[in-house]
Amino acid sequence: MKKIICSVLMFCVILSALLTGCGSSGGENGEVIVYNWGEYIDPETIDMFEEETGIKVVYDEFETNEIMYPKVEAGATAYDVLCPSDYMIQKLIDNDLLSEINFDNIPNIKNIGQQYLEQSREFDPENKYSVPYCFGTVGILYNKTMVEEPIESWSVLWDEKYADNILMQDSVRDAFMVSLKLNGYSMNTLDETELKTAKDTLIEQKPLVQAYVIDQVRDKMIGGEAALGVIYSGEAIYTQRENADLAYVIPKEGTNVWIDSWVIPKNAPNKENAEAFINFMCREDIALMNFEYITYSTPNTAAQALIEDEDIRNSEIAFPDLSQYENLETFQYLGSEGEELYNNLWKEVKSD
Amino acid sequence: MIRNAVKKIYIILIFIFLYSPIVTLIVLSFNASRTRAKWGGFTLKWYGELFKNKEILQALFNTLFIAFTASIIATIIGTITCISIMNLKKNTRAIVIGITNIPMLNADIVTGISFMLLFISMGLRFGMETILLSHITFCIPYVILSVMPRMKQLNPHTYEAALDLGAGPVYGFFKVVFPEILPGVLSGFLMAFTMSLDDFIITHFTKGAGVDTLSTKIYTEVKKGIKPEMYALSTIIFVTVLVLLLLVNKAPSENKKVKRNF
Amino acid sequence: MNKKKLLGTPYFIWSILFIIIPLCMVFYYGLTDKSGAFTLENIIAISKPEHAKALYLALGLSLISTLICLILAYPLAMILSSMNVNQHSFIVLIFILPMWMNFLLRTLAWQTLLEKTGVINNILSFLHLPTLNVINTPYAIVLGMVYNFLPFMVLPIYNSLAKIDRNVIHAARDLGANGLQVFAKITLPLTLPGIISGITMVFIPALTTFVISKLLGGSKILLIGNVVEEEFTQAGNWNLGSGLSIVLMLFIIINMIISSIFDKDGEGSVL
Repeated sequence: MKKIICSVLMFCVILSALLTGCGSSGGENGEVIVYNWGEYIDPETIDMFEEETGIKVVYDEFETNEIMYPKVEAGATAYDVLCPSDYMIQKLIDNDLLSEINFDNIPNIKNIGQQYLEQSREFDPENKYSVPYCFGTVGILYNKTMVEEPIESWSVLWDEKYADNILMQDSVRDAFMVSLKLNGYSMNTLDETELKTAKDTLIEQKPLVQAYVIDQVRDKMIGGEAALGVIYSGEAIYTQRENADLAYVIPKEGTNVWIDSWVIPKNAPNKENAEAFINFMCREDIALMNFEYITYSTPNTAAQALIEDEDIRNSEIAFPDLSQYENLETFQYLGSEGEELYNNLWKEVKSD
Repeated sequence: MIRNAVKKIYIILIFIFLYSPIVTLIVLSFNASRTRAKWGGFTLKWYGELFKNKEILQALFNTLFIAFTASIIATIIGTITCISIMNLKKNTRAIVIGITNIPMLNADIVTGISFMLLFISMGLRFGMETILLSHITFCIPYVILSVMPRMKQLNPHTYEAALDLGAGPVYGFFKVVFPEILPGVLSGFLMAFTMSLDDFIITHFTKGAGVDTLSTKIYTEVKKGIKPEMYALSTIIFVTVLVLLLLVNKAPSENKKVKRNF
Repeated sequence: MNKKKLLGTPYFIWSILFIIIPLCMVFYYGLTDKSGAFTLENIIAISKPEHAKALYLALGLSLISTLICLILAYPLAMILSSMNVNQHSFIVLIFILPMWMNFLLRTLAWQTLLEKTGVINNILSFLHLPTLNVINTPYAIVLGMVYNFLPFMVLPIYNSLAKIDRNVIHAARDLGANGLQVFAKITLPLTLPGIISGITMVFIPALTTFVISKLLGGSKILLIGNVVEEEFTQAGNWNLGSGLSIVLMLFIIINMIISSIFDKDGEGSVL
């Protein structure tokens, strides 16, 4: 026993000695604590930012807006920059958790297309709190070898032919969006009968669903684990690159158009560094690097122009012409009661 | 003969059950494709990439640092506490041991949540310190539990004899008591170390921004697909521990002592 | 003697601060509503169909897993304890060894093994056998529980077996007992503390897990652990989450009482 422990100790000591080199130390100009979606940035851009500004980046990741919010609200960790989606930004603003951005420190805002700032007004009416980072739609990713008919409607996710071959999103709003849209309702509805119908529709679908997933849908679709999956448009380019049999479609009943934007919480300890970070992310070359790494559509028009691959620059998936679709909507914050209503219905679906 | 064969087959089946996921992980570390779903041919490149991946190395460092610090502090506190527990009255002793057992018997999720609520109400900033505090707390019971039986076996007269012969209490403790309880202390330390290393749930509720252990890092990666470097790292850790065990087992002199520690 | 008692003071303070107070906080949150007024609503919430179903399912799956663990572990522990003494430590450590491979990775590896196009199904279809379809079903969760918690059942049983005095068994034999009688009258009663502590070590984590059901159940199967975790990390309803945790603790306390009846001296511990 002594020997085991001695050897384990030795092993650990050696490793720790090797690793102390990467022990954390604040940058010369302080630090900035970033809370972003998982795999939502090219790590190289963080290194470049640290090198150019001397600000150390502390980077943390979340999976869904719902997971991000309680952490920010509890304030146990004070973040400097967040990257939530539209409706969550509205909730943060409503609950007075965001601070106004000083746009004098973000000259690169000029690179962001005007139409995206326009769209942001739905949740940030005066464009005071947010800077768009990525945008996109939600649609169906399908495997051409496993699906016979052309896919054009959400109803295919209720087709018994594809039992156990369907991947649904494991987040309240996205799952209800699909069901509400299929039933022809607004995805921001608070009408109880409409929501009941949507809930019943989801319960009806449950036996056909292989799994409720978030980002795993990507791996599973590439591996041919499932025929159909609900996915964010940004993942489509990446998955097609890995598996050419996959195709992405926006269903005819309409879908969710979303924007993820940088915001600064009220209790941010390093607000100026946060603004420097956001400004850096808006630089066209950096936005391009991020676009090429994560393949989510960038609202940075200057970066769009720099994309070399013509197919991607004109890609319907990356930069769709949204005017051809009707019924597109953006999520809105529904108030704490509305939120609880959704949560409870979702729990009923999940526990059924 | 048949009996023996059945026994062997049974053990082999259980071993296959226990080790097939581990073999899978090792195989995946040589997979050239980035995703778990596709086999892209044999490669060693992830082992090289691993040492360039700062995030994973940092998480490894954090994990070892936390496991190390927490288990050492827990071992010290636990051992000292054992001495005093032995001298308590029976009822008080039962209460103290009962309280000590709570973190071990309670569900990890409840322990994790209770720490989270405590730290938030104390206004602590979540980070390395909060993880350490919680790890020390849930490590102590394992130490006490493995030191106590040794303490009970101890003949109290030897220590008293040492004092009678002029040894100071501290000197007497280290010369007489400590060698006797050492195996218990060491196995308690190892148990605490392993528990801290393998913990996910409690860290999940007490961690702060940018402080990731391997477990929490993996949990966030699960969603996006595990980076193959992670498989490579696990393989290295696993093989190292395996080799150490084989070496230790080769040394027969130690065996007698080892046998009842676990 | 007083000095020795004082040695424990740091730990007593520590345990009040980090064990008792946190638990009180769970009770405080569980017994109040958002405005801080006393309520039992969060505890009664367990009877809501969605929570009751999750609890019922978790109880069912964890009981099944505990039973399977016991059935697998007992013969295993007997075989191990009857083996050559020199191999003891090595064989026992073999059960600790997998713990050095991260728990999440180990569980995730089962996903790779069990998937529709996974390793096991590839082997089966290569052999022209029907394929398995267990991933994202309760079976996969039971498998994950058994896999992760089996060592916690084997070790205490093994320990209590190792403590049995061989002479007792020889004596019984000499007095004419057959193998079955020896097992029923001597081995089983003497290993009861080990069995009880093994059951505790398996049942509690299995009942409260949220990771295994998430990784192997495809989030389709909601266990009570998932409900509690989501109340804290997503829905942000700490009061409800704490209330449900109190319900969970009830089961833990019941389990502790049962085990203390059978195992008065704490002999059958894992260590």
